[in-house]
Parts: sequence; structure tokens; C-alpha cells
Amino acid sequence: MSDRERSSGPSAGPPQAGPHPLGGSPGVLAGRGAHSHAANLPYRLPPPLLDLRSKGSWFIAAVLALVIASFWSLDLQWAQFLSLDAMHSMGRFIGEFFPPEVQPDFLQRVAVATWETLAMSALGTTIAAVIGLVLALPASRLQTTDPAWARLPTRWLLNALRSVPELVWASLMLISAGLGPFAGTLALAAHTGGVLGRLFAEAIENAPPGPAAALRTQGVASMPVFLYATLPQVLPQLMSYTLYRWENNIRAAAVLGVVGAGGLGQLLAFHMGLFHMGKTATVLGAMIGLVVLVDALSYAARRWLTR
Amino acid sequence: MKLDLAALSARHPAARSGAAPALRALSLTLAEGEQVAVIGPSGAGKTTLLQVLACALPPSAGTLQVAGRAPWSMTRRALQRLRGGLYLAPQVPPLPPRQRVVTAVLAARLPAMSLLASLRSLFYPHDIPGAYQALARFDLADKLFERVDRLSGGERQRVGLARAVMSPAQLWLVDEPLSALDPNRAAQALTTLVTVARERGITLVATLHQVDMALAHFPRIIGLRDGALAFDLPAAQVTPERLQRLYAQHEHELLGAGGLPEAAPAEGPSPVVMHCR
Amino acid sequence: MNATLAVRAPDRAPDRDPAWQGRLGLILVVGVLLWPLFVATEFKPWVLLDDRSRQVTAGFLASFLPPAHTPDFLWLVAQQAWRTVAMATAGMTLALLAAVPLTLLSTRVLSISALSGRMAAGPFWLRQAVRAALVVLRSVPELVWALIFVRVVGLGPTAGVLAIALTYAGMLGKVYGEILESGEAHATQALLRNGSSRLQAFLFGLLPQNAAELTSYTVYRWECAIRSSVVLGFVGAGGLGQLMDGSMKMFNGAEVMTMLLVFMALVALADRVSAGLRRALG
Repeated sequence: MSDRERSSGPSAGPPQAGPHPLGGSPGVLAGRGAHSHAANLPYRLPPPLLDLRSKGSWFIAAVLALVIASFWSLDLQWAQFLSLDAMHSMGRFIGEFFPPEVQPDFLQRVAVATWETLAMSALGTTIAAVIGLVLALPASRLQTTDPAWARLPTRWLLNALRSVPELVWASLMLISAGLGPFAGTLALAAHTGGVLGRLFAEAIENAPPGPAAALRTQGVASMPVFLYATLPQVLPQLMSYTLYRWENNIRAAAVLGVVGAGGLGQLLAFHMGLFHMGKTATVLGAMIGLVVLVDALSYAARRWLTR
Repeated sequence: MKLDLAALSARHPAARSGAAPALRALSLTLAEGEQVAVIGPSGAGKTTLLQVLACALPPSAGTLQVAGRAPWSMTRRALQRLRGGLYLAPQVPPLPPRQRVVTAVLAARLPAMSLLASLRSLFYPHDIPGAYQALARFDLADKLFERVDRLSGGERQRVGLARAVMSPAQLWLVDEPLSALDPNRAAQALTTLVTVARERGITLVATLHQVDMALAHFPRIIGLRDGALAFDLPAAQVTPERLQRLYAQHEHELLGAGGLPEAAPAEGPSPVVMHCR
Repeated sequence: MNATLAVRAPDRAPDRDPAWQGRLGLILVVGVLLWPLFVATEFKPWVLLDDRSRQVTAGFLASFLPPAHTPDFLWLVAQQAWRTVAMATAGMTLALLAAVPLTLLSTRVLSISALSGRMAAGPFWLRQAVRAALVVLRSVPELVWALIFVRVVGLGPTAGVLAIALTYAGMLGKVYGEILESGEAHATQALLRNGSSRLQAFLFGLLPQNAAELTSYTVYRWECAIRSSVVLGFVGAGGLGQLMDGSMKMFNGAEVMTMLLVFMALVALADRVSAGLRRALG
């Protein structure tokens, strides 16, 4: 009762049961200053779950709205997908995958395509590491007093390179490089170059500054300072990033062929288009095997680096 | 290299604008080839003094003249050349952890090497015997091809000193060279430093916490307290009363408990990266 | 004093770097490995500079500017961009729904049998099986899933959503597992020891501790999903990718340029949101 009396003081209005979200009883009490007799602050209930002031609840509301709007606007054919008919046709479809084609000359073609895909990913990643290192130098601020004029434009360039997915790059490269794995290699190099460039620049900027500062005090130029002080410190990290991207690139390389860039993807798209499901199954098996192999190699190499 | 400071004040680069300057109206003259020890309690501005002398920190007031010229009014190229003639050895040796000792020591020669030569030396060290001799002076010759992070703190500090010996500098500014060394090794290292400096006519300015070592090896002692000059005397005239006054309220440092704990070699930055797989 | 630590008279100084042979060997091995890669990928950079290629490239690049900016086309691009984002969001939601149970099944921290020594055989193999399933889901590129689903459900966003859902379920499951296992297990194990169920231990122990990292990784993945859904458009899943594919086949550089710019802006926006959220979560 006494709470209500106090609340209905200066902020006239109906008595409320808990603290008003915009006022708060303590504020009202403070306003009344010397006249309050409470020995301690009145009990405050926890804030309501969906409070106008909470940024968290706005964010959650936005996420829910986005999700609902996505499902609603896409008009997905769930009924069609989950109907008995669709289940049957899906079952039949999966059945066509077995038995996978194991004829020797087809297996040889798959082996050649696997090698092509592996080469595409490895070479693309290597070239990307070189591009990344070359672009990371202008894109990083080597010391706190470095004006680094080239930093922002180079970062924009790196962002442009990495925003475009590998497949889109491959479609673009096909126009000048023609069909085949060359376009795929260039596409991987371009996209991954952007990714690695940004990662390398961040690693260089976060390297401990002591050795570089000491060399700079001696009047040494920027490039030898980088080579003798910064690079030895960040090199294991750079190599670890590159190996990690190789894991990603093997998956990308496997599917670049779908637009004509050679490798397993091209074989996959070709045979799927002709409904040779047995052959498709073999190619899929090769893809999964290759991905697992490269994952393992990359993991082992990264462990060896940090021994 | 001659050094001249006239009423110089300097501010720590990270200091708040209202804080007291690290060095206040300091005036000092050092002739070529002199060996000087700078002593004083922590916070006296010894490291700041070395940074100012190394032309790494611009003074906020007063003038500085190195080899007869004012470094901060030179062109950038001339300043870089001047910097090549001095060597600042920080308290924590600036050695990249995964580099080999031979490359770390030879890096001291970089101011005198062209870009191509420095690139070539990265793949194959260009002066292995020279590095060997420099390390042998500090009893580290057998660690020539070891990795820096496999050495102990004292060994790393001696590698830092060997780097100074390797450099083509005519001015050595050495910050706490003995903090991680036991007394025997400390005496040996200091003797080596001072001997080489005298042989080559190098101006040597060393800050030390070990006052007895300073008095034993250096002909001239400068005492700093709270950024101002307390005294500038030949070693024989530094009496225990003077020392007591210098280290008032910091007696534990005078009694040899000084020497900051050595810093562990900086670990590489831990990657906190999100990858698209 | 000096007698105990006399500086050893220097032996003959070494004049050869012992690591040099190893380095030379490494360089040779790398060279030997690189050569077949160049051959296998038909790496002929001079092809880019021959006349025919230069002409076609020049023509295509010239058509990039000015980018297409008719209001109709811009409206179409905006609609397709929304479809791309919607596909990514729907796919991520389904992926989350699948990944959370799989993570709970595969994480060692919630193992009750492991509280007292080694994990029992049954639960151990179950966890390994779930992990293997996650590995398989991750390993198949989403484009392949999309190609298969397009055959089954036809062209359109359903195939794309399902492809993203499956692949990202694998990815999220794996990384959630890593995050949960790298956090402090003490609170969770205390709850389990005192008899709470696994779900309770997760909700009251693991989840509050790792919520920030899990959320920020999920938002980061959503940004990757937007890029994936553009890629899936190339095989018929609709959205910005399908539009781009069409324009590229017609060599319409202006339209491609507009779409690339819109796409880059979209990715930059998602990147900003993701970074801001990661900062807010601390």
C-alpha cells in the first residue's frame, strides 16, 4: 500500500504493480527525497522478457522475423517433398546409385579427374598464399605511427576478391582461360588470395612488436625489418592458415567442374546429366575420399608445424 | 659519437597529457669514446633517457645533438643513416623466438647491408665466423645454430649483448644488460662490453641496477632521480651517502634486490579465426 | 672469480651452415612436387595473353561498365537478393535444428559413463558413429547435394535449402562439438554427478558458458551460407546465383557487374552485422 501511495505522487497516473519500465520506483522515491521512510529499496522484479529497452530482445525479435519471413516468402513445397509419392521416387532415385560403376577404364578416368582436382586445389592454394603475402604487406599497419596510405584500398581489394565465391570466379575466368582446370586454378587463387591476404594482414598486425621496433631503432628499412623480425614470428601461423584453406579448397575444386572447370565436378555434371547414376555414385565416392584424404593431410601437416 | 643534451625534457609516449614528464630539463655532455653508467631507482627515467639518445623518442623541450647535429631536424634519410650508427639494446632482448641465434646476431649488421644482401643472408648467413667470434666473447659459441626459444633467459640476454658487439654502431645504449645474469656471468659480460667499447672507441651508455658493478667497471657515473640529474661524477667520487640519497625510499634496489624479473619470450599471437569450413 | 668461468679459447669457427643442406633439399622437393601440379592443371598463363582470348576478355570487361541500372532490373536483383538471403536463413534454421541434437549425441562432456573412468563401449561407439555421420555431411560439397535434390524435388529454392541444411548441419555439429569440449567441463560434470539428466546439464551447465561463442559462430556461418546460396543458384536453386548464371551465359557484362556489386554489398553488410554481434557478445 505504501508503495502505491508513493508511486502515485508526482508521476500522477494509475497505481502500478511492479516498477514502471520508464520510471522506476526508486527514482520516484529519490524525487521525494527526505520524505521517504523506507529503510531499503523496494523489491524490483526482473525485467520482462521482451523489454522495449533491451537490445537483446530487439535482436531476437529481428532474427525471428527474418526466419519467419524467409520460410514464408520462399514458398517451399514441403507437402510435395514429404508426400508418399516423393518418398517413393526418392527411394527409387537412391536405389539407382547402387551398384556404383567399377569398370577399370572408367575408374581410370575417375582417377585422372581426382588427380586433376587435387592439383587444382593444391596449386590454387599455393598461388593464393603468394598473392596473399604480397597483398598483406600494404594492407597492414606495420607500426602504430605508420600512416599506411595503401591500407584501406588494399583491404577493399582483398574484400572484393574474397566476397565473390569461387564458382562465380570460375565462370568469369572461363571466358578468358577457356574450359578446363586452368580456369578453376585461377578462380581458387583469386578467391583464396583475398581470404588469405586478410588473414595474413591481421596476423602481421598482431605480431609482438619488440624485435621489429628494435630493428627500426637501428634505422633498418621496412622490408628487411619485416623479413628479419615479423616474418619469423608469424610464419607458422601463416602456414597453418594456408593449410586450413587447402581443406576448404579441395571441396570447392571438386565442384568447380560443374561450370566447366575440369576435375571431378565436370565428370559429375556430365554423368548426372545423362542419368548414369552408377557412374555418378563412383564419382561421389571419389569426391568424399579425396576430401577426407586432404583433411587428414592438412591436419597432420598442421600438427607437424607446431611440434 | 658525441652526445649533447641541453635542458631536455621528454614525455613517455603513452603518458597522459597532464602527467609529469619522464625527463625534466636534463643537461648532459658525453665525449666520443666515453663509457658512462646511469644509475637510479625505478621510475627515474633511465629507459626514457636511452630512448631519447637513440633518437626513438622526440624531446618535448630542450635540444639534443648527436655527433654534432640535431637529429630531429634532419631529413628522414639522414636520420636513418644516423640511426644506423647507434645501437639500442632493450632490457628484454628483441629476438624472434623461432629464429636461430646466428641469424638473430647477424641482424645487427642490417643497417650496413643492401636489400639483396639481407635477402641472401636470410637463406644463408653471410658471416658465420663473425657471429661465432661475437658469441664466443660471451661464452655462447656452442649455441650458434640453436633456436632462440630453446635458450634460457640469461643466455638470451647474452645473445642480445653479442648482437651489440656485432653491430657497426659507434654508440651503444644498453638497458639493464645484467638483469637475468648471475654475478659471475654478469661481471664477465660487463668486462667484455667495456673492453670492446674501449678497443673500438665506442661511446657506451649503460643503465644498471647493480650499483657495485657500475662503480667497478665505469669511470663515470650519472645518477638520475625522478627525471632530473642527481649527480654526474667520476666513479671514485660517488660516496655511499650520495647513493643513499639517490635511492632514498628505494633502498631495496640499492641492496641488490633490483633487477626486474626477466620476461618470458613473447608467445606468438593465438589465432582466433573463423574459417568458412 | 674469473677462474671458474674462464672464456673457452674459441675452437675453429664453423664456416658452413648445418641447416643449409636440409633447406636446399626442401626446396628441391617442393619444386619436384610442384611441376606435376602445373602439368595436371594445364597451367599455361600465356593462353590469357593470346589474341583471341584478349579480344573476348576485353570485350567482356568493356561491357561491365556502366553497370545495368534500369529500375526493372534493379527491382529484379533486389527480389533475387532477398530470395538468396531467405534461402540461406531457412537452410541455417534447419541446419540448427539438426545440428543441436547431433552435437548433444556426440559430445564427450555429457557422457555419464565417463564420469567414473573410461567411457563404456556402447556410448563410445555411438558417439563415434554420430561423428562419422557429421564428417560425411561436411565432406560432400553442398553443390553436389543441390544437384541431387534438384533431380528429386525439381528446380527452385527447396533444393537449395535442403542442401545448405545438410552440409551446414555437419559443419555446425562439428564446431559446436569442438566449442563444447574446449570449454570448462567442471560445472557440467558436477551437475551430472549429482544426478541431473544430460539435457539439464547441457541447459544449465554447458550452454550458459559457451553461449557467446556458439552464437557468434552461428552468425558467422550464416554469412557463409549467404555465399553458398549464391553458388547453389548456379545449379538451379534460384536467387542471385541463377540470375548471374543467366547473364554470364549471355555475356551481359553490365548485368553481371550490377549483381556482383549488390552481392559484395550484401556480404559486406552481413560481415558488419556478424562482427558487431561478435563484439557485443564479448
